[in-house]
Amino acid sequence: MMVDAYKEAGGDDVFADSDVAHIVLERDKVLGTNSVDGLEVEVKKQKKGMVAVKVTILKNYKISNPVHMCFGVLPEKGKQIIDMEVEVEKNASVEIMADCVFPNATEVVHEMEADIRVHEGGSYLYEENHFHGDEGGVKVLAKSNITLEKESEFKTIFNLRKGRIGEIDFDYESVVKEDAVLEMIARMQGYADDKIRIREAGDLIGKGSRGYLETKIALQEEAEAEVLNELTALADGAKGHVDCTEIIKDNAIARAVPIVDVRDPGAKVTHEAAIGSVDNTQLQTLMAHGLDEEEATDVIVQGMLNS
Amino acid sequence: MEKRKVLEVNNLNLELDKSKILTDFSFDLEKGEVLAVIGPNGCGKSSLAYTLMGLSGYEEKSGEIKLNDEKINGMPTNKIAERGMTLAWQEPARYEGVSVRKFLSLSLKSQGEEVNDQKLAEALEEVAIVPSKYLDRKIDDTLSGGERKRIELASILLMEPEVVILDEPDSGVDVVALNNISQVIKDFREKGTGVILITHNEEMLQMADRSILVCNGEILRKGEPEDISRYFKYECVPCEDENYQEHLEVSTFG
Repeated sequence: MMVDAYKEAGGDDVFADSDVAHIVLERDKVLGTNSVDGLEVEVKKQKKGMVAVKVTILKNYKISNPVHMCFGVLPEKGKQIIDMEVEVEKNASVEIMADCVFPNATEVVHEMEADIRVHEGGSYLYEENHFHGDEGGVKVLAKSNITLEKESEFKTIFNLRKGRIGEIDFDYESVVKEDAVLEMIARMQGYADDKIRIREAGDLIGKGSRGYLETKIALQEEAEAEVLNELTALADGAKGHVDCTEIIKDNAIARAVPIVDVRDPGAKVTHEAAIGSVDNTQLQTLMAHGLDEEEATDVIVQGMLNS
Repeated sequence: MEKRKVLEVNNLNLELDKSKILTDFSFDLEKGEVLAVIGPNGCGKSSLAYTLMGLSGYEEKSGEIKLNDEKINGMPTNKIAERGMTLAWQEPARYEGVSVRKFLSLSLKSQGEEVNDQKLAEALEEVAIVPSKYLDRKIDDTLSGGERKRIELASILLMEPEVVILDEPDSGVDVVALNNISQVIKDFREKGTGVILITHNEEMLQMADRSILVCNGEILRKGEPEDISRYFKYECVPCEDENYQEHLEVSTFG
């Protein structure tokens, strides 16, 4: 049923493919797992509503197909807590597609607490796609501690693919060591009384480390967003950029607080933050092509979120 | 080609922040005709374009705008576009994340036409843009102003409008692109689209059937493009000149 709901919401049908590793969790129930060489997955129920998931990518393994994790709550009310531990061992690489499905939610809480360590030369791409219902009854609380060892790479992308946000609260902390690369991207659209709070922080402690934080949010009606992006550069050659773009309409409220903290003269961190309404020339050009204001705004917002 | 007025503008007045921008502006445009609008910077040419298109902030104080005999004053821009008039901007917008394919498709969709790559490719070829290299590109900073201008023209070709306002299509484009744009204007004329051509470019001006010279938001002269151009270059006094009113001429057409 979870997979059906995910497919109905527009997700790819990958769960029947034996070459694709996956985990399917509905609240605390494991509905399916499949593993491949080089990937170890342990799933254990901790208590009611709470599951511990440990994922290890073994040394030197490059997992060729993306690993799919399908999490969700199908009833209108419920809670899912996931305690996640990820180890990407030396020179291993993996791409994880996490699909979070809450199609009927009116009072659903999804909590994720993750400890992620990418060892030397390792690579970890985590793309999280959310499929929500139209009621906005989902509260997503995600907390991550990320450690990137020498010459490793970590990239996370968050997309809301369907439905209303509800309430989202992200708090990501990361430590980036020598020549390692951190990239965090979040794109979402808020309506009605949706609330978004994003805190992404990176400590560039290693020589030549890199950090890039990008947030793009479009808000309308009574939605609110607060984005706190922090990059601290502590070593020679560390470089980073913080980029936050928010488009607002109606009575929406957006706040962006970029914090750039550089403590080494050989380091450099830049930031850009732009909050405003839809660009008038863009809007009027599209209207001069026959689109009404709502259609034109949608093209502009979707473009921004997909860029 | 049948002679038919597609656009009539009568005694149009526009004020912005209590300043007169357009004063008693009257002219008309026939099917397939190219009417050049020339004048110094800041004389109100672009404001005329925005007022005709009903853009927010450019609502006329008085006067009448008729498109195919229908009064379009006060209509939202998209409704004016639906009725067949559109605008190509002097500085075309950039669209982060919007592909050329998507942008061109919107023109077809707004006409209720089915989208297919063949139609999009033909429109791009008409503005000398290689479809295979551009359809998937984004309309952002990676495209030059000239490329965006030509893509916007391609999107307008797909709309098959009755009237198109081209606001300085020659600015910021190279010689090759200028030739392409000239060809597109000829194509519009052949297809029966009336063109209001706002320009400073001599070569573009020569493509026009008629021309009007604008000064301080008023029509100073109307006539043959060559005559108007000669007057503008050699006889026209600066708009700030207190005697410029003496140069106002009674309309001989339109």
